[in-house]
Amino acid sequence: MKSVLRITVNGRAREDAVAANALLLDYLRDGLGLTGTKQGCDGGECGACTVLVDGRPRLACCTLAHSVADGTVETIEGLAHNGRLSRLQRAFHEHLGTQCGYCTPGMIMAAEGLLRTEPRPDRDTIRTALAGNLCRCTGYVKILDSVEAAVQAGEEAA
Amino acid sequence: MPVMPDFELLRPDSAEAAVALHASRPASRYLAGGTDLLPNLRRGLADTATVIDLGGIAELAGIRVDADRVHIGAGTTLAALAAHPGIAAELPALAQAALAVAGPTHRESATLGGNLCLDTRCRYYNQSTPWREANHYCMKLEGDVCRVAPKSKRCYAAFSGDVAPALLALDAEVDIVGTNGRRTLALAEFYHDDGMRWLALDRGELLAAVRVPLAPGWSSGYEKLRIRGAIDFPLSGVAVALARDGERLAGLRIACTGVSSRPERIEGLDALVGQPLDDAALAQLEKLVLRGIQAMETTTASVPYRRKATPILARRLVTRLWTEAA
Ligand SMILES: Cc1cc2nc3c(=O)[nH]c(=O)nc-3n(C[C@H](O)[C@H](O)[C@H](O)COP(=O)(O)OP(=O)(O)OC[C@H]3O[C@@H](n4cnc5c(N)ncnc54)[C@H](O)[C@@H]3O)c2cc1C
Ligand code: SF4
Ligand code: FES
Ligand code: FES
Repeated sequence: MKSVLRITVNGRAREDAVAANALLLDYLRDGLGLTGTKQGCDGGECGACTVLVDGRPRLACCTLAHSVADGTVETIEGLAHNGRLSRLQRAFHEHLGTQCGYCTPGMIMAAEGLLRTEPRPDRDTIRTALAGNLCRCTGYVKILDSVEAAVQAGEEAA
Repeated sequence: MPVMPDFELLRPDSAEAAVALHASRPASRYLAGGTDLLPNLRRGLADTATVIDLGGIAELAGIRVDADRVHIGAGTTLAALAAHPGIAAELPALAQAALAVAGPTHRESATLGGNLCLDTRCRYYNQSTPWREANHYCMKLEGDVCRVAPKSKRCYAAFSGDVAPALLALDAEVDIVGTNGRRTLALAEFYHDDGMRWLALDRGELLAAVRVPLAPGWSSGYEKLRIRGAIDFPLSGVAVALARDGERLAGLRIACTGVSSRPERIEGLDALVGQPLDDAALAQLEKLVLRGIQAMETTTASVPYRRKATPILARRLVTRLWTEAA
């Protein structure tokens, strides 16, 4: 059964007919074609599907689309503005925080959620905030380096 | 990839409305944060025609600290619980247990109610449908034999929520809403020692709130063993609440998780109260913990390991709280 879902995705208010049992992940990927958000497991194990809901990092595969009705969702596609990468995106690119790239959108959205509440986290705080996101490529060190570099870039810009 | 079953989704705005909807639709389930139910639905571990989303019920939200107790709505997220300054200060076991659940992104969705009502777990049950089918299923779902204890008439799946033992050690009670009105239960009465029927909720009853007494002079803590430092369920978890009066133990409560089909409050600890916490007392404490748990082959970590590790975990936590209270 489909019903109307009112929601803001990456800054755009939308009204879409969405099935009752649609996961936020399926709505974003299959409904809106926002395939930047990844599915890495069959439910809750990997963090690849992390998006921001009302500014907080949540797992899109453990959330029904209709449960976040009237809310605000941000995905990796919403971070770059006019072709300019966000500072986290640039830092991941420059500091080799991404290899195959499958975990990267989830990592960046989880880190983005952290930086919004805590603009100057130390390395331990970053580690803890990313503890739900798995990466099978990088060994994590370069991911932590990348987030630290983004923090630094933010401080220099400020 | 597993497919989500079809269901209708309802979003009532009061606990009474939720209970009435549940009563009018026999095959329905409550949805809170969804971090347990939605993966289980996708893996074929749960089936339902109706999902009742509790997220729109104002009564279930919020934490209130009164003079002698803390009132926590069942819909409170574990992230909010762990970050609450009053809870971290007054009820450290509760804050530590909330913080020990899954990973940070789970805790933004996961609720206290969902954590207390979590499905029991077993290595023969928390698997994909093809895996379980190839293994001819088991008694908890679709089969008739228990793979852990083949001669058993009951299921030993382990209750593996982190927060329940903390609340047991802190002597919490729960408020329940049903079609016949409201009732209050000591949390210890909320669980059965049965992997297939582990909750004392009648069909359609809703957990509305948890109340925890504030006990000045008591300290508390929670620790768990897991394979990785995040995400993983407890192989064993221990919560302790302790009061010290000079060189004597003035009060002690211990509860464990992951090692029985219910969160297990350890019996017999009163014998240690009024005594100094010396080596003999600690040895006695280890014995009581071992006697109180029933670890079975429900996890990939072995039974001897969990039987050995749980009393030691308890001993270490008790010793730490005792020393800090000096
Ligand atoms: C990868 C992974 C790791 C995890 N690790 C841990 C862990 O380390 N420790 C741990 O404790 N848990 C863990 N979990 C399980 C789960 O995330 C948490 O237990 C969480 O707190 C469940 O809460 P929820 O609000 O998401 O529950 P939901 O999934 O919404 O609900 C869980 C169950 O409770 C019922 N329910 C929910 N609210 C109520 C209510 N108010 N009244 C009556 N019934 C209700 C639902 O019908 C459902 O059956 C993990 C899950 C995953 C996917
Ligand atoms: S304890 Fe036995 S019946 Fe219960 S889930 Fe495990 S194998 Fe199945
Ligand atoms: S897809 Fe793996 S946690 Fe959501
Ligand atoms: S870069 Fe490949 S999974 Fe992280």
